[in-house]
Amino acid sequence: MSAEKYLEMAIAVPLNQILAEHPICRDFFMNLRLQDLDWNLPLMQALDHSDQEAISEFGLDRGMILREFSLFLEAFSRVAADAAAIRSLTIIGGHGKSGEPEITQWTATVGEIISIVGPTGSGKSRLLADIECLADGDTPTGRRIHVDGREVDEGQRFDMEGKLVAQLSQNMNFVMDLTVKEFLEMHAGSRMTRDAEHAIARCFECANELAGEKFALDTKVTQLSGGQSRALMIADTACMSSSPVVLIDEIENAGIDRRQAIKLLAQKEKIVFISTHDPLLALSADKRLVIKNGCISRIIETSEEEKNCLDAIETLDATLLRLRTRLRHGDEISMNTLKGEE
Amino acid sequence: MKLITFAGPPSSGKTSVILKLIEAMAIDVSQIGVVKFDCLTSFDNLRYEEKGVRVETGFSGKLCPDHFFVSNIEAAVEWGLKSGFQTLISESAGLCNRCSPYVQGILAVCVIDNLSGVNTPRKIGPMLKMADIVVVTKGDIVSQAEREVFAFNIRQVNTAARIIFVNGITGQGASLLARHLQGARDISSLRDMKLRFTTPAAVCSYCTGEMRIGAEYQMGTMKRMEFKTG
Ligand SMILES: Nc1nc2c(ncn2[C@@H]2O[C@H](COP(=O)(O)OP(=O)(O)O)[C@@H](O)[C@H]2O)c(=O)[nH]1
Ligand SMILES: Nc1ncnc2c1ncn2[C@@H]1O[C@H](COP(=O)(O)OP(=O)(O)O)[C@@H](O)[C@H]1O
Ligand SMILES: [Mg+2]
Ligand SMILES: [Mg+2]
Ligand SMILES: [Zn+2]
Ligand SMILES: [Zn+2]
Repeated sequence: MSAEKYLEMAIAVPLNQILAEHPICRDFFMNLRLQDLDWNLPLMQALDHSDQEAISEFGLDRGMILREFSLFLEAFSRVAADAAAIRSLTIIGGHGKSGEPEITQWTATVGEIISIVGPTGSGKSRLLADIECLADGDTPTGRRIHVDGREVDEGQRFDMEGKLVAQLSQNMNFVMDLTVKEFLEMHAGSRMTRDAEHAIARCFECANELAGEKFALDTKVTQLSGGQSRALMIADTACMSSSPVVLIDEIENAGIDRRQAIKLLAQKEKIVFISTHDPLLALSADKRLVIKNGCISRIIETSEEEKNCLDAIETLDATLLRLRTRLRHGDEISMNTLKGEE
Repeated sequence: MKLITFAGPPSSGKTSVILKLIEAMAIDVSQIGVVKFDCLTSFDNLRYEEKGVRVETGFSGKLCPDHFFVSNIEAAVEWGLKSGFQTLISESAGLCNRCSPYVQGILAVCVIDNLSGVNTPRKIGPMLKMADIVVVTKGDIVSQAEREVFAFNIRQVNTAARIIFVNGITGQGASLLARHLQGARDISSLRDMKLRFTTPAAVCSYCTGEMRIGAEYQMGTMKRMEFKTG
C-alpha cells in the first residue's frame, strides 16, 4: 500500500479502527502527547477537539500531523514486511598486515556455521567487521564482500542497512531496566512479530536451556549473570531476530551450553560466524577459517575425526566446570573430583 | 564548500564520530574545518587540534544555544570559505530537547547513543525529528535486541531519516557515513536560508536578568503548569 492510500485511510477511517489493525499507532500519538483524542472520530476531526497549543509546540499543525501519520503507517507496514533474505556471502580476499595476498575468494551459504580461529591480534574481529559493513575494498584489509554472488550496489546497501547482521560480543550487556518478559515483549513489538506470545515463550525456554542456572520471566535483565545474559542474547538472536547473518565475537567464558547454542543457531537458516579460542565452539562449526597476520590463511572443513573428538572435549570441559564449582563453594579438590567420582 | 551540521545530546559521541568521519573521508585534514558551539566550556578543540583539524569554538553563555547558533553560523561559513575548506562541520551540544540547530537544505546529522535509554528517541524532539541522518553510537556495549528496539524508536519519530550505526571508538560504520555525506550540497553563503524549526520562543523577565521568584516578577511569554488537587 502506498503513502497516498494511507493518507486516504487516515482521512476517512475512525482512529479506533486504524488502531485495532495497527496497534503500533498508539506510539505515534503518545510521542506527540496526544493521548486524549476522541478515538471514535477520524484523525482530522479528533484533532479539532484537541489542544492546538500543545500541537504547535511540536512545530506541527493538523495538516502536518495527518501527513506524518500516513508516513508513519507506511513506514511501519514496511518494517513488518522486511526480512533481508540472502542465500550466500562471498569474501573476496584482500591482503594481510604486511601486504601479502590472501585466498582469492570463498563463499558461505545459509545454514552454515563458520568458526574463526587465530592468535589474539591476528585479525578475527577485523574479519567480522568487514562482513558487518559489507567491505568494498575500503577497510584496512582491502577485502570485499558480495551477497548472493554479486556486488552490493548502493541501493541494496541502504535497504539492508542494519537488517543484515546481528552481532553478539563479550562487551555487550543489557542496559534496559526491564524484566525478561518485558524485554522480550519490547523486542517482539519492535519486530512487529505476528505471534508474539508464542515467540516470547519459545525464546524464554531456549534461553533457559542454554543457561547454566535457570532464571524467571520476572527477573530483571540487568540482574542476569554473565552466562544467563549470553544465553538470553543467543536465544533472542535465534528466535526473534530476522537478520540472516549472525556475528559472534569471543563469548567463551560465559558458562552456557555452547554446543546447544550452536545447534539452536544452526536450525535457523542463518549464516553464523563465530570468532573463538574455545575448542568446543571451534569444532562444533562446519568449517573454520584460520587467521594469521591479518589474512585468512586456511579454510578447514571440520573432519569426522574432529567431530568424534567433541564428546571427549565436552567431558574435559565438564571436569573443569566441576573443579571450578567446587572451588567456588570453598571445597577441597581430589583426584576423585577430577575423575568425577564423588 | 560543503556544510554539515551535527547535533546531539552531550556525550552522545559527536566529537568521536566527527573525528572518525574525517579519517574515513580520506581527504587532507587541511581541507576540513570544525566549528564547535557549546554552552560554558568545552575541551573538544584539543581533540580536533590533536588530529590537525582547524577548529573554532563559541560559547553561548547566557544565551539559548540555538539563538547563538543561528546568529553565528553565517560568519562561520564565511570563515570556512576564507580558509579554503572543502568541508565545514558544525558540532552543537543539544542542551534542551527543544533545540535543533539545522538549516533547510543543509545536511543535518543527529548523534544519539544506545546508552541513553530506549525511549529517549521518543523524547528528544526536533533535534532528532528534523535530522536527515541519525547516527547511533555505543552499539558495542548493548545487546542486539536493544539496538534494534532503539532504532525502531528512532524510526517512530523520524520515518524518513537514514539510521547509521557508528562506533565512535573503533570508527566502524564511519565510512558508510562518509558515503552518505558526499551528497551534501555546495554553498557559498547561508544568507536568506531558513532554520528547519523555530528556536524556543522565550522572552520573559527571567531571560532579561530577573532572579526573584513570584508572580509579580514574571512578565513576557510565560507558561504555567496546572497542578491537580484532591
Ligand atoms: N563504547 C563506546 N563509547 C563511545 C562510542 N562513541 C563515543 N564513545 C565515548 O563516549 C564519550 C563521549 O564522546 P564524545 O565524542 O566526547 O561526545 P560528544 O560530547 O557528543 O562530543 C567518550 O568517552 C567516547 O570515548 C562508542 O561507539 N562506543
Ligand atoms: N589485513 C589487515 N591489514 C591491516 N590491518 C589489519 C588486518 N587485519 C587486522 N588488522 C588490524 O589488526 C588489529 C588487530 O586485529 P583484531 O581483529 O582486533 O584481532 P583479534 O580479534 O584476532 O584479536 C586491528 O587494529 C585490525 O584492524
Ligand atoms: Mg578480537
Ligand atoms: Mg563534543
Ligand atoms: Zn534550546
Ligand atoms: Zn525566559
